[in-house]
Amino acid sequence: MSGQTLYDKLWQNHLVEQRDDGSALIYIDRQLIHEVTSPQAFEGLRLAGRKPWRVDANLAVPDHNVPTLRDERVGGIAGIVDPVSRLQVQTLDDNCRDFDIMEFEINDQRQGIVHVVGPEQGATLPGMTIVCGDSHTSTHGALGALAHGIGTSEVEHVMATQCLVQQKMKNMLVRVDGSLLSGVTAKDVVLAIIGKIGTAGGTGYAIEFGGEVIRALSMEGRMTVCNMAIEAGARAGMIACDDKTIDYVRGRTYAPKGEMWERAVEAWRDLHSDDDAQFDRVVELRGEDIRPQVTWGTSPEMVLPVDGVIPDPAAAESAARREAIERALQYMGLEPGMPITGIKLDKVFIGSCTNSRIEDLRAAAAVVRGRRVADSIKLAMVVPGSGEVKEQAEAEGLDKVFTAAGLEWREPGCSMCLAMNSDKLGSGEHCASTSNRNFEGRQGFGGRTHLVSPAMAAAAAVTGHFVDVRDWQEAGQ
Amino acid sequence: MRSFTVLQGLAAPMDRANVDTDLIIPKQFLKSIKRSGFGPNLFDELRYLDQGEPGQDCSGRPVNEDFALNQPRYQGASVLLARENFGCGSSREHAPWALEDYGFRCLIAPSFADIFYNNCFKNGILPIELDAAIVDRLFQQMYANEGYTLTVDLERQVVVTPEGEEIPFEVDAFRKHCLINGLDDIGLTLESADAIRAFESRWQEQSPWLFGTLK
Ligand code: SF4
Repeated sequence: MSGQTLYDKLWQNHLVEQRDDGSALIYIDRQLIHEVTSPQAFEGLRLAGRKPWRVDANLAVPDHNVPTLRDERVGGIAGIVDPVSRLQVQTLDDNCRDFDIMEFEINDQRQGIVHVVGPEQGATLPGMTIVCGDSHTSTHGALGALAHGIGTSEVEHVMATQCLVQQKMKNMLVRVDGSLLSGVTAKDVVLAIIGKIGTAGGTGYAIEFGGEVIRALSMEGRMTVCNMAIEAGARAGMIACDDKTIDYVRGRTYAPKGEMWERAVEAWRDLHSDDDAQFDRVVELRGEDIRPQVTWGTSPEMVLPVDGVIPDPAAAESAARREAIERALQYMGLEPGMPITGIKLDKVFIGSCTNSRIEDLRAAAAVVRGRRVADSIKLAMVVPGSGEVKEQAEAEGLDKVFTAAGLEWREPGCSMCLAMNSDKLGSGEHCASTSNRNFEGRQGFGGRTHLVSPAMAAAAAVTGHFVDVRDWQEAGQ
Repeated sequence: MRSFTVLQGLAAPMDRANVDTDLIIPKQFLKSIKRSGFGPNLFDELRYLDQGEPGQDCSGRPVNEDFALNQPRYQGASVLLARENFGCGSSREHAPWALEDYGFRCLIAPSFADIFYNNCFKNGILPIELDAAIVDRLFQQMYANEGYTLTVDLERQVVVTPEGEEIPFEVDAFRKHCLINGLDDIGLTLESADAIRAFESRWQEQSPWLFGTLK
């Protein structure tokens, strides 16, 4: 019998009941909750007269709707200008109070984007099953956990039963060996992976990311990679637990301590695929082949190296593909054959659960230090992923670097990643964004998003168009 | 979820084919933070003469007197007679939420859209598919008789008309079981509560650091 994959192990560890029809009852260790997808779930509990199965398995934080401007933020919930947003955030507070669920409220120092907060607080641990009513829950798989997004009915289901009814997914291994060129980051790696397998490439699979390049990434980098597993169609992405994982978790607020820590670490040592584990599909990339990536279209798979040119629909391999390219080019206002570096930008957004951790901000600050945002850029903003990240960045003086260069330094939240608050693109505006989705209208009606790494976004802010951050760094040195 | 055994209810008409979920509950109401309270906005565009907004008090709005559900004779109805392909369009669960909140527990039509049909069962509503000719006959009888009341016996799988005619219908055995016992997905999983508890105590022994930390 062949060995188990990491996913097989996590599944097996949490299997409550296997049913004849192929479905299974899976135990959930942690549910993360935010204001947008939880209100109906709480109401469902109320209407049915149910209580959460395990209050201590839940952690809530408002993030999608919260304003990021200091002035709007200081007033707390009452200060939120948009009444619909205000009500959603208020409702989360009320529900958490009623059901006795721990919440980091809007102006709590620990507040932030739910996928930044979980790992940072040690509320996300290796070996856990983790769910949240949000598709980017895959982020937490970077710690050697099984983590994925769920719908509102399932949020209620997990609250009430601590379980989910699931079908087991297939196993995919994405292995990136070799090493990365300087200036190439985790974001470029995952965009290159999506470019290779497509946005439906991972549908039906749990993806494990492995190989030398993945192992060499920091925990922040690994979270960036797993965050975008869902953009490759896979609900769950994960990375084996190793010393780096354990070092990252050690000492965090809700991580185990003392003798419990020793026991936990011993258990976590098994959180990797066995050498003889069988995967249903294996995809391989070489680190040296990956250059800084920029998306040009309206799907994350529409991505090219920064030295590429906008594709010609006439050269597409199928009619469907040609149509998709034509539609994307029309929406994005781009012409075939135009170099990526020729795209003029209006705004720059550095933030989101993909790239708003301290390492991301350091990378962006290193690029803009001593420089100025181009005059043609209407707005360049940096939105830290959490209050903790913000504090750390300020302790390192990164906020000063950004503001001196002409970037705005904001309060933590999802912000312009999905434009549910007032941080939005105007129609037709091009934005270099470190977020994860470039769908039509994602960052504001008619807005045109280009997904890039923090360093690439920072360089674009300075020049007003895309540049290869590798040349940039050499020139700057 | 409320259980569904025998329903005796006044019938009301939704006399047009291809009623989509946007007609059942228009998209502006999806911003709501609630699952209940959609009843006043059920069929909003047909019921009122102005455009509805979320959170608005509907009692003062201009009413479309011609719309059947606004007529006195259909007040308090819990059975909705409808036409082909009822509930097509988007998959929003708000559509059955709105029907249920309004008071409908049973829908009778020649056919339903797939996702909507599923969503009904999740929300305690019984959708019944009957032959188009039979549905048409029910419509005629209802129009001819004020106070037309149908009895829906899920256990025996029959619709009984006021004249005592029994019309049999099909329903999936598993869904029937769930409705009769008032089991939603959560209720079903809770039937495994012992297995969950047994797993949980084993798991807690094995991984005690996963328990009791977030308090
Ligand atoms: S930052 Fe963006 S992708 Fe991440 S949770 Fe918020 S809205 Fe979703």
